[in-house]
Amino acid sequence: MRKPLQAYRRNLLRKRIFLVVGVVLLLILATAGVLSGTANLGLTQIFEVIRGEGEPIARQIITNIRLPRVLSAVLAGMMLAVAGAAMQSLLRNPLGSPFTLGISNAAAFGAATAVVLLGAGTTHSNSTDAILIDNPYLITLCAFAASLVATLIILTVTRLRNAGPETIILTGIMSGSLFTAGTTALQFVADDVQIAAIVFWTFGDLGRAGWREFWVMLAVAIPTLIYFIYNRWNYNALDAGDETAVSLGVRVNATRTGGMIVASLSTAIAVSFFGIIAFVGLVVPHIVRAITGSDERFLIPASALYGGIFLLFSDTLARTIMAPMVLPVGILTSFIGAPLFLYLLIKRRRRML
Amino acid sequence: MTMIRTESLSFAYRNDKVLHDISLDFTPGKITALLGPNGSGKSTLLKCCAGILKGYDGNIFIDQQPLHRLSPRRRARYIAYVPQQEIHTFPVSVLDTILMGRKPYIGWMPSRNDYAVVETIMHQLHLDDIAHRHLNELSGGQRQRVIIARALAQQPQVLLLDEPTANLDLRHQLEVMMILQKIAQDGITIVIAVHDLNLAAGHCHHFVMLHEGRCFVRGNHEIFTPKNIRKLYEVEVKIIDNGSQPFIVPASSVPE
Repeated sequence: MRKPLQAYRRNLLRKRIFLVVGVVLLLILATAGVLSGTANLGLTQIFEVIRGEGEPIARQIITNIRLPRVLSAVLAGMMLAVAGAAMQSLLRNPLGSPFTLGISNAAAFGAATAVVLLGAGTTHSNSTDAILIDNPYLITLCAFAASLVATLIILTVTRLRNAGPETIILTGIMSGSLFTAGTTALQFVADDVQIAAIVFWTFGDLGRAGWREFWVMLAVAIPTLIYFIYNRWNYNALDAGDETAVSLGVRVNATRTGGMIVASLSTAIAVSFFGIIAFVGLVVPHIVRAITGSDERFLIPASALYGGIFLLFSDTLARTIMAPMVLPVGILTSFIGAPLFLYLLIKRRRRML
Repeated sequence: MTMIRTESLSFAYRNDKVLHDISLDFTPGKITALLGPNGSGKSTLLKCCAGILKGYDGNIFIDQQPLHRLSPRRRARYIAYVPQQEIHTFPVSVLDTILMGRKPYIGWMPSRNDYAVVETIMHQLHLDDIAHRHLNELSGGQRQRVIIARALAQQPQVLLLDEPTANLDLRHQLEVMMILQKIAQDGITIVIAVHDLNLAAGHCHHFVMLHEGRCFVRGNHEIFTPKNIRKLYEVEVKIIDNGSQPFIVPASSVPE
């Protein structure tokens, strides 16, 4: 009579294999990402650079441009996807994501405020970068503060009686529009170069990725991931509803508020560096759910992994598809993500909603 | 020794007082039925005892300790609660749902013992065959069995169920009651809110009638009198006793 458990263990094994496949895929994609670009560099040159040899130009391109960009893409994708997965579970809403809840838009508004009103950036003319960020911490802080306001709005609505999933999403869309309007309003008081910078935040672009951004993101991403993984059983219990979760010993309000704050922090970091990158947080958790099921033990690490893969893939495509022109990655994630989400919606409708 | 008792328990939703001064103790190894019309406070009483509703006046004692002093985790090892209905947002399998009952015991990951408990309970409640099905593909009766199995996986001393037989057909109503009787034999205190008086009279051991948030009368089969039931539901009934249990029949449907 040990049958059901054996099948269960096999199932767990399958899910672990899915994670391992993700790691391998990520490594391959990262190598491809470092290899591809306008300057033609092959594997031999990369190995030379790793050994500390090679031409100075190749070294410059690889260590200061491509490597930080690839690594930042992976981290930003991870943070957005994990934030989305957590928001979906915490709000018990399959449509939850930093973007649909208006939290990305809020973060962009906060970042724009820091630049225009608080002088966190100096304008200068430069062909690659219209605005020099003097104070990335102030920008991130402002982005986080604004995203917390959006999160608070969502949490307040969640506490209302009879607030169904639709109410929460509609609130998110409304507050997102409000923050977008705020960002647009800022353009009136901004000078030309600042406007260019604001536009940058409204569509996601990894062009700004450098080592400083990478280290800041890493410093936030690691504790964020640990926090979510630590809470995975709580999130599983929450899926059965608040009452059941309480009766299973979960501190529901603390878990939900804490989780939403951490999720909006990781959104704010990604948005303040790279602008609004839509659909990563919405689509990736659903793809993962379709394969491993809703068990948070796998959902959270797998969302992180495949979020990184998704954004890295999109960015590599954005850099190469119309080379030498580089597209903003936000356009690509929307072009890939929106149809993918529609497909999932139609195919798995009965189970998901 | 009683595992759970309330001491002048009162509760209000904002200004709407739902429970008034309720002092009850529940006997281990027996099923106590909470009876009363909609809004009489049955669910509220259960939710207070389950730790879901806080901010009540009075006291609830579990194993001689005040309930509010227990950590959520420890409380969940004492008391399991089966809600009236449970809606899952995302598909979840039967086995994972029951494993969730081990939440109060799981540290970083489930132990061998956690899996063993789940396996035993699945076997007891005949859930082996549907272990890998998704909860939302199941019938109402199967689903209720799974939720009860999850509550049992908590290895509780007290099991609280809010209308466990609502929305079930006769066969599955009886099935649930049989399961509860079996559980009670292990010495667990069971309290259920229930609407069907005959089902309650046939399968429960003790009865508490709640009326407008007050404990109106409590006892055994003798409290099923036309007078009590008229007070509770404002309905005229006849009681037919066949010696083993009273049957409550609306007076209008009994031929004169």
